[in-house]
Amino acid sequence: MSNVAATRDGYGEALLELANNPKVVVLEADLGKSTKSLHFRKAHPNRTVSCGIGEQNMLLVGAGLAASGYIPFASTFAIFTERAFEQMRNGVARPNLAVHVCGSHGGTHTGTDGSSAQSIEDLAIFRTLPNVIVMHPSDIVSTKILTMQLAESNSPSYTRTARNKTPVLYEGKEDLIKIGKGIVLREGNDVAIIACGVMVSESLKAAEQLAQEGIHATVVDMHTLKPLDGQLIDQLVSTCGSIVTAEDHNIIGGLGGAVAEHLASNSPAPLERVGVPDRFGESGGADEMLEVMKISSPFIAEAAQRAIKRKL
Amino acid sequence: MTWNVEDLEETARKCRVHIVNMVHRAQAGHPGGSLSEIDLLTALYKTQMRVKSDEPTWGDRDRFILSKGHASPGMYAILAEMGFISVEDLSSYRVLGGICQGHVDMKWCPGVDFSAGSLGMGLSFGMGTAIAARLEGSQRQTYVMLGDGEIQEGSVWEAAMAAAHHELGNLNVILDRNRIQNDDFCEAQMRMFDIPAKWRSFGWNVKEVNGHDMNEILEGLEFLGNNNDGPSIIIAHTVKGHGISYMADNPAFHGAAPNDEQYHQAMIELGEVAQ
Ligand SMILES: Cc1ncc(C[n+]2csc(CCOP(=O)(O)OP(=O)(O)O)c2C)c(N)n1
Repeated sequence: MSNVAATRDGYGEALLELANNPKVVVLEADLGKSTKSLHFRKAHPNRTVSCGIGEQNMLLVGAGLAASGYIPFASTFAIFTERAFEQMRNGVARPNLAVHVCGSHGGTHTGTDGSSAQSIEDLAIFRTLPNVIVMHPSDIVSTKILTMQLAESNSPSYTRTARNKTPVLYEGKEDLIKIGKGIVLREGNDVAIIACGVMVSESLKAAEQLAQEGIHATVVDMHTLKPLDGQLIDQLVSTCGSIVTAEDHNIIGGLGGAVAEHLASNSPAPLERVGVPDRFGESGGADEMLEVMKISSPFIAEAAQRAIKRKL
Repeated sequence: MTWNVEDLEETARKCRVHIVNMVHRAQAGHPGGSLSEIDLLTALYKTQMRVKSDEPTWGDRDRFILSKGHASPGMYAILAEMGFISVEDLSSYRVLGGICQGHVDMKWCPGVDFSAGSLGMGLSFGMGTAIAARLEGSQRQTYVMLGDGEIQEGSVWEAAMAAAHHELGNLNVILDRNRIQNDDFCEAQMRMFDIPAKWRSFGWNVKEVNGHDMNEILEGLEFLGNNNDGPSIIIAHTVKGHGISYMADNPAFHGAAPNDEQYHQAMIELGEVAQ
């Protein structure tokens, strides 16, 4: 885990590889340098559409392209995809047009830009839209593979990437990665920690901490929030008996919400959710923010202890 | 009233020093659009704004809305020069718990009237404050600073149309026409053609000025004060990064901090340290 890289660079790399498909087009809203679509733009200016600082326009231009047989990939900061939420709802999801939206710089981990840039609700809102795939990959390799798989899917999608570097987890393990399938990164029978994005490596750290206290945790990378891998969750309930979720997102409606919904309807088990405690962020360093928001590895470990205590 | 242009220029120079200090210390932030707007902000605050630095929430104050909220170092610099915050407070820029958040935020910093950071929102908010002033029978003014990249947002034009419809003579815009946005020059990202004609056709009073010439800026502000039959805008032609040679007209310094060597160079150019 010594290697680190930013998931947004995985998005940029995927677009370059996808360029072999002449139907792939890239849409930008003056943040290509940041979301990393700039590499595609440089190599394929003719298939790159600059929409200026106009996110609402961009998503519907994407819808028009998708309805005309193209495969549009549109990106901006996660927070500014939210500005075009209704365009996504009525113009993309409702007609089920495969526009692929990537929101970079998601979560409080984005850091010193402060609360206006730290989206903590994107996963929740896009998850409420029928037809839409929602993902938040944890490392550069999985971001690249999952983005490339999107080009084969016929569904619209929202993928959140992160600004800052995080450990590379899947080098040489590309075969494990598939849209809609959670990945078990570590196995233990006492508790299962289900995480997404930046919080996956925090969860691995927490599991290490717990192991020193004699507690054995399973850690799952649930990179796809929708469709949710319910089968895996059911298995985790039967092997571990208690669940913790961990996300750099509001505690309401994101991964924790999705898992809670599944558990309530299928296999109830004690669940502790680690997430942003229903408050806006502020300026701070990436790691500082995980502390301030009470979502860094020690908080995950504490949540695991609580979940285990609640087992019958 | 007549103003001493040299005093204004000296205040703007000090603000430029604050701006470079802030982004250098934070090793992050937005120097380019702060340096392009600062002569305008200096003149606006020093000569027009009816505000009380010891009572920042005074209800009948003029409102200033930095809609391009990323250019916050410029705003913090003038707020420090006006006494709303201290020069020491500027060290808190982008620091955990600091009042100088990455993007200007009314919940964090005295003297800030709008929580910005998402482009294209400030003019609508400003329209709300202008209507409130009219409802109260107050003469107070609202000033909104927009970026030229920012006016690509459709919501800006919703507000522009509505403000003219409601004949909001107390609503004033200053457009920082520095010709550069995030990724590149505006011309490459989204051509905007005849910007003055666009605003005129939306029913606004329009005047163009050189945004780095204090005399022209003062004329522009006077124009805003004299035209009260409807909303007014001055389109200020500026240079992004103005005042620091290697930042000037350079898209790379939209959102990048100078390194130590570049910082030293900037301090020489601003007359803070000897060659
Ligand atoms: C709605 C929205 N989209 C994108 C951004 C990201 N962004 C921050 S600054 C910027 C460029 C702004 O250019 P301009 O308005 O010309 O400002 P200036 O050149 O004066 O800094 C962009 C795209 C944002 N803050 N808000």
